[in-house]
Amino acid sequence: MATLLQQLINGLVLGGLIALIALGYTMVYGIIQLINFAHGEVFMVGGFASLATYSYVLPESWRDHGHWPIALPLMALGGAVVAVVLAVAMERLAYRPLRNAPRLAPLITALGVSVILKEAVRLWYPGATAPVPFPRAFVDEQFRFQLGEGTVTIGATAILMIVVSILGAIILQTYITRSRMGRAMRATAQDPDTARLMGVNPNRTIVLTFTIGGALAGLAGVLYGIHITNVDTEVGFLYGIFAFTAAVLGGVGSIKGAVIGGFAIGLIKTLSGQYLPGGTQYDLVWIFVLLIVVLVFRPQGLFGEPERVRA
Amino acid sequence: MLTRIVRTKAEKGHHVRNQTVKAAVLVAGALLLAACGTNKTESGSGGGNNQSCDQSKGTLVIGVIAPLSGGLSALGLGIRNSAQLAADQANEKCAVPGYKLQVQPEDDQATAQVGAQAATRLSSNANVVGVVGTLNSSVAQSVQPILKGKNIVQVSPANTNPSLTRGAEYGTAPKRQFENYFRVCATDDLQGPFAAKYLVGKAGKKSIAIITDGKTYGEGLAAEFKKQAEKDGATIVATAKVGEKDTDFSGVIGTISGSKPDAVYYGGEYPQAGPLSKQLKDAGLNIPVMGGDGIYDGKYIELGGKEGDLATSVGAPTDTLDTAKAFVSAYKAKAYKDDFSAYGAFAYDAANAIIGSLGKALTGGAEWSEAKRTDVISNVGTYSAEGATGEIKFDQYGDSTNKLLTVYKVSGGKWVADETGTFGG
Repeated sequence: MATLLQQLINGLVLGGLIALIALGYTMVYGIIQLINFAHGEVFMVGGFASLATYSYVLPESWRDHGHWPIALPLMALGGAVVAVVLAVAMERLAYRPLRNAPRLAPLITALGVSVILKEAVRLWYPGATAPVPFPRAFVDEQFRFQLGEGTVTIGATAILMIVVSILGAIILQTYITRSRMGRAMRATAQDPDTARLMGVNPNRTIVLTFTIGGALAGLAGVLYGIHITNVDTEVGFLYGIFAFTAAVLGGVGSIKGAVIGGFAIGLIKTLSGQYLPGGTQYDLVWIFVLLIVVLVFRPQGLFGEPERVRA
Repeated sequence: MLTRIVRTKAEKGHHVRNQTVKAAVLVAGALLLAACGTNKTESGSGGGNNQSCDQSKGTLVIGVIAPLSGGLSALGLGIRNSAQLAADQANEKCAVPGYKLQVQPEDDQATAQVGAQAATRLSSNANVVGVVGTLNSSVAQSVQPILKGKNIVQVSPANTNPSLTRGAEYGTAPKRQFENYFRVCATDDLQGPFAAKYLVGKAGKKSIAIITDGKTYGEGLAAEFKKQAEKDGATIVATAKVGEKDTDFSGVIGTISGSKPDAVYYGGEYPQAGPLSKQLKDAGLNIPVMGGDGIYDGKYIELGGKEGDLATSVGAPTDTLDTAKAFVSAYKAKAYKDDFSAYGAFAYDAANAIIGSLGKALTGGAEWSEAKRTDVISNVGTYSAEGATGEIKFDQYGDSTNKLLTVYKVSGGKWVADETGTFGG
């Protein structure tokens, strides 16, 4: 029983991280039908940028543990700002010139951008040829409680990860369904030409989409850093693939789908590792088995609704 | 009529979208399969051109194949620099009459397929006299046959999988695999049991969980550990596997924590092992993690390795031998950016074995040609010298005759030697 609960918690933490990244994939896809493969790298750069904020920007006296209420928000800000600037620059320089090109051109460009970002960080961030240790800039505590025979542990950073990802998704959903800019985003997603005729500036809307996606990825980078306590240039690719899978599973374009897809993947990974034959050796297999099964019966994903409005 | 047109358009749009998603899924799959297939070459710092030596006949190349980027680059860069040091010293001492030695480092990214490309590139160069490498046993498996095709001698500073020299039946029916392949380090069939003796016998751990990373090195080491640990009376209460690039181990930790192990043996390398140790502690399992030479690096502690964790490594600690001290001070004098790490001294010895054998093959002013490569191989086979890691000499399979191993323990934030010895059955 304790084991089940522990694995559920582990799955939710992993799922929350994946969901935060998947939101960026799904929003960008919804609005310009581009699978932005470089989005995982935005997450990775966010992690490194928050680490740089800590190591090079914060005054020495704020780097101890007691100062986390100041240090962590500043690190999150640093990570998110750099991630947003990167995502917007990416849109402006790499994707906008290809807006009317065949679909495969921006897709390949996204792969190229991904490789460039990964290698750039590896070359220029001091020590990034190997995983770089990340400070424990949050309450460094593990909460334990007894359950029957076993103990269940949940770290403060794990709770933060779950809370932030769910809050982020709710705020985003509200923004898109209730606000004026949200309506503009949905209109552009549905039909960019008509939206323009109605006075929506599509470029501004698209930039906004990349901004929100970048901010969420940057935030995910900080949360990842304080939870795992190291960052590595490889993580963008690894979690990018997880998040992309989550977005496809939930239905690309759907916000609810990205979140549920993210949590589903997190939970399948931990639970199949525990209970299915083959154990942790086969956990990735089960994720992709589920993806294939879902795509066979619902090609648009769990919550993708091709006829209706996406944002 | 109007509605029909609109519907067709919508359907068409839907079709295009689905195709994009399908294409993207395919691309993602292909990427996962061929994760990072690029090559990078970094040129070495170049040997000092010493005027007093005759180097009129040109330049000969010693290849280095090691991970120079990625998670294991701390070990790989130590290997590259140490081989460079050996070549620089040889150039100063005129060890190879008439020629200048140059080191050509190739990055294998700890990946067998990239390593094979590196080996192919080196073997296409007629001036390559030998190769120092690889770090990973899994990479060695793909490099060995390529270098064999051109009779290029390969001396590994770090491959510890026993089957590389003695074949799959290494315990019962050993058979030499490649006559061009040698290594200067002790193998896992000694290292694993040596670790088991320590952990079960000396540290008194009886319920051990084994976690591996699925690579040739980790699996081999853990299998040898398990055999001896069970023989010594310990119970393997759980076994689990982590992904080569995983960073979140909570799931794996969950699967083993139910069986209440009092120690974890990890078959793999430090980029995963360090965070794993930290996450075990966070999950309430404050038990020592033990591993092989793959986790014996300062990075392991930086990434979360905790006090009391253990590692075995090949050879005696580098600060106990005079030859080792000479190597360390020469290395420090060069002011390389990277530490020599766990395999620096071994790479230095490996490079010197190649250089010494090459010098012997070219005595009397002989010209280098590809035909000389077989002479170099047979000279390495009979090579004998006092190196930075002790006596360097090879047996009939190409293994080192130096079987010394050391247990290190994390204490006060660094690795401290705890016990040195050989495994005696």
